[in-house]
Amino acid sequence: MREFGYQRASDVAGAVALLGADPDTRFLGGGTNLVDLMKTGVERPARLVDIRELPLGEIESTADGGLRIGATVTNGDLAAHPEVRRRYPALAQAVLAGASGQLRNMATVGGNLLQRTRCGYFTDVTKPCNKRLPGSGCPAVTGDHHNHAILGASENCVAVHPSDMAVALTAFDAVVHYETADGPGESPLGEFYLPVGDTPHRETALPPGALITGVTLPPAPVAAHSRYRKVRERASYAFAIGSVAAALDVRDGVVHDVRLALGAVASRPWRAGAAERVLAGAPATTDSWTAAADAELAAARPLPHNGYKVTLMRNLMVAELTRLAEEAAR
Amino acid sequence: MSALATRKKLLMALSTSSVITLKINGEKHTLPVDHRTTLLDALRERLDLTGTKKGCDQGQCGACTVLLDGRRGVACLQLAVAAEGREITTVEGLADGERLHPVQQAFLDLDGFQCGYCTPGQICSAIGAIEEHAAGWPSAVTDDVRPEAGPPPLSADEIRERMSGNLCRCGAYNSIVQAVARAAGAASGTDPVPGASVHGVTDSKETVA
Repeated sequence: MREFGYQRASDVAGAVALLGADPDTRFLGGGTNLVDLMKTGVERPARLVDIRELPLGEIESTADGGLRIGATVTNGDLAAHPEVRRRYPALAQAVLAGASGQLRNMATVGGNLLQRTRCGYFTDVTKPCNKRLPGSGCPAVTGDHHNHAILGASENCVAVHPSDMAVALTAFDAVVHYETADGPGESPLGEFYLPVGDTPHRETALPPGALITGVTLPPAPVAAHSRYRKVRERASYAFAIGSVAAALDVRDGVVHDVRLALGAVASRPWRAGAAERVLAGAPATTDSWTAAADAELAAARPLPHNGYKVTLMRNLMVAELTRLAEEAAR
Repeated sequence: MSALATRKKLLMALSTSSVITLKINGEKHTLPVDHRTTLLDALRERLDLTGTKKGCDQGQCGACTVLLDGRRGVACLQLAVAAEGREITTVEGLADGERLHPVQQAFLDLDGFQCGYCTPGQICSAIGAIEEHAAGWPSAVTDDVRPEAGPPPLSADEIRERMSGNLCRCGAYNSIVQAVARAAGAASGTDPVPGASVHGVTDSKETVA
């Protein structure tokens, strides 16, 4: 590991000032991803600014009935919070589906959004990777890609975003708030992650030197009727091979409101907008769920070894919408 | 900020090492560390607290689990310099004199181990898991996470999920689940949880032997 300087920030402005515009400096939150990547040489910062003690550890209701979640709230505290569990149960379920109890107690909301892909070529510094070393190539396209993207990928990168939390946040139209030396800014999570194109190394719309200060969730009554379902290669403590965050409000047998987002299928949490459009005002029937899933997956471009994901995601969407509709009917 | 604090910050910015004070098991230890030192390596290599074990060293096996401010975490991904100011509890700090912590006693009574290498991490993790459950935290196998649903019973499935961050290559999982169930039952004053006796193995090893 490269040697590095260490500073602890006590306020947001100070943290932003300490980082400056230095591309060799990183903010340190829980460290569960950054420290791991530093050990393997994927990340080689010259300086860390520790932000864990910043006053960003609260979850508060907003005036409009939503929630504001501070950037240094741990995954553990987020999933345990009564208002998260009551108003956005799929978010609590998504967080609980990720990592282990130990890691959830360390990892933070801000860090979760900025965690890096677990693509084996990205994490192995002896291999080419356009995300880690722009222009070096993408061995995954012809190599091991059984858990890679089926949506929104490019020939330059087929890695998937690893977060469960961000899938639920995307379904609920979360907004990312950040601070820069020039003042605060915000970005809807749906626009926060950049398209892959030919710049897979550019992952987010976060300005250089910006510090994520928190995430807001707008009020969404439909979110009280939501679920997160994750499929993985073992029963617990593994990254998803596919996941769905779904919320459904059925009135008089017709879809009144619906939210759908997919995980482990793209370089970013994938909002299933095409499926949502099919479902708007549609009868709450299996035919509707199937038509919606097919509409979303029409854009899927699977690779030779991950075609199973198209079937998996179709089944997942139909199953979760079916279950939510059954719960609504009770 | 005082001039001294400002100067200290600037020096730390330039330096790649610091003199830090760690509070471990109620005792303060002051030592110089290269910033690259993890809490795990500081405990084992610098402070002779070798109860905490190094397994994968990348946050995947749980052998290095300790309690940080009372919550379980992995020491291999925790930089020592960033642990300054926190209350660190290792397996060495659990017993009350000669009297073992109830979770330690339960692991001993129910054979919650074979080779013992993962055990300190299992025990620290179990203490954290039992407290998280007692505080009403749901898990990934909790059917209804809404607070109105109330806390889930600590079934074998709940224990397995909550302990999934601790690997045991000997495969002592059945006994570990029983030990956690018994310790949790003792902590809450209730009987061991139904369902924690798995695969026909009864709760008490003594009666089996």
